Amino acid sequence: MNLILHVWRQKNAKDPGRMVRYEARNISAHMSFLEMLDVVNEELIARGEEPIAFDHDCREGICGMCGFMINGVAHGPERGTTVCQLHMRHFKDGDELYIEPWRSRAFPVIKDLVVDRSAFDRIIAAGGYISVRTGSAPDANAIPVPKENAELAMDAAACIACGACVAQCPNGSAALFTGAKIAHLGLLPQGQPERDRRAVAMVVQMTKEGFGHCTNIGECEAVCPKEIKLDVIARMHRDYLHAAWTGRQKPGFREDQPAEEPMAGNRR
Amino acid sequence: MSTAAVEPRLKRTWGLYEVYIGKKLVMAGTGVVLVLYIIGHLLGNLQIYAGPEQMNQYAAFLHSQPGLLWTARIVLLAAVGAHIWSSFLLWRDKRRARPIGYVKKDDIPASYASRTMMWSGPIIAAFVVFHVLHLTTGDVGLGFQPPTAGPTGEAFYAYENVVNGFRYPAVSAAYIFAIALLTMHLYHGMWSMFQSVGISHPRYTPLLKSLAHVFSIAIAAGYISIPVYVMIRFGVK
Ligand code: SF4
Ligand code: FES
Repeated sequence: MNLILHVWRQKNAKDPGRMVRYEARNISAHMSFLEMLDVVNEELIARGEEPIAFDHDCREGICGMCGFMINGVAHGPERGTTVCQLHMRHFKDGDELYIEPWRSRAFPVIKDLVVDRSAFDRIIAAGGYISVRTGSAPDANAIPVPKENAELAMDAAACIACGACVAQCPNGSAALFTGAKIAHLGLLPQGQPERDRRAVAMVVQMTKEGFGHCTNIGECEAVCPKEIKLDVIARMHRDYLHAAWTGRQKPGFREDQPAEEPMAGNRR
Repeated sequence: MSTAAVEPRLKRTWGLYEVYIGKKLVMAGTGVVLVLYIIGHLLGNLQIYAGPEQMNQYAAFLHSQPGLLWTARIVLLAAVGAHIWSSFLLWRDKRRARPIGYVKKDDIPASYASRTMMWSGPIIAAFVVFHVLHLTTGDVGLGFQPPTAGPTGEAFYAYENVVNGFRYPAVSAAYIFAIALLTMHLYHGMWSMFQSVGISHPRYTPLLKSLAHVFSIAIAAGYISIPVYVMIRFGVK
């Protein structure tokens, strides 16, 4: 099949960038979307042009590196799929596709379709962990976990931090991502000691990074390749309010504990 | 007593408001107050179907309790003020979150109501101002009859004023438009507020959503029936 692509090209973070039209010829329906771009890139290289830069790694839908907008939808038209797992059979010959990077103040574009998602790393660093003594691993079933909680925690843990939720959200909110991390750890016994601290620290860091706030529109849920549910956002709010209520954590911005490199992603 | 440091409550409350979740809490709390008022006001209005006697007596009764009336007015005004102020701050924050937009953007499952909260709100507020000037203070005119001193205290002409007002198709149209927006606002807001304060349940949240939808439409039907009834029964001017 042949396709017409409009791709966002931007040399570096400083370049204003623009949409450029390309033709993708002789594309097999069995290719993935990224393989289709590989074909286009080979042609570009043969012509001596700069290939289109995009993030990818596993190409199995598990690492969370890939992702861009296809016709205004994060990861393209198929639900529960990353672009690396999106096959060309879902498109028709002659389709015109607009391909753009994630747009968010907290995700500055580095080049073409590649954005800097280190804001997510800083949200995780703020509290998306449990403090345990490493070395001697405890026996697997030493701590009982209710079956339902294990399942829910597992569902939330499926988040691959791709950023599609932020990209699709009309408010540019990272609530689904942060909620997934808070729900995942908050549902398990190992996550309890730091539950209050975690909720406050991660929510505050998310706000500081410049993400918008959730207005319960649900677009994130629709594009999430791991089908994380809005419920995790309610869990995050619940944990946050609980922490504020008990008062063990100061709920606002914490001058006493500056986050590492606050807003570094935006300084570029 | 534990020795863990606890932040003083006032400072904590303020810190909470700094982060969006605190502002959402205010949105939800004031939203509840406003919904309760919307229900009460509808019940008052529906007395139009019981005739002028009943409705005017109800108006006189409300005005015979100045303490209650003013408490309600002040609480409402405070709720409206806090609702608007918090939404303004939230809107300002989220507007910054995407400085460069998309060339092409698709809104997949987003309901129209959920995406238009930010402009249905101000239009409703503008209408409410007109509505108060029209039917409470009478500044709009349109044949408004101010209360007169009667043998048993003041006499009110709520019924006549409503009828006179709604016989103007433009007034009725504005009213119906504002109620339609209010319906959309409630359609999303009435379940959204639970989610925002962290109340979510696999079984009850879908139920709550349907309830919010049915409720907002029922409210709309009740309110919109009044100008329609007036125009059919008394004719348009
Ligand atoms: S919640 Fe879903 S869309 Fe958002 S980062 Fe995680 S996997 Fe990606
Ligand atoms: S490349 Fe790893 S998820 Fe797509």
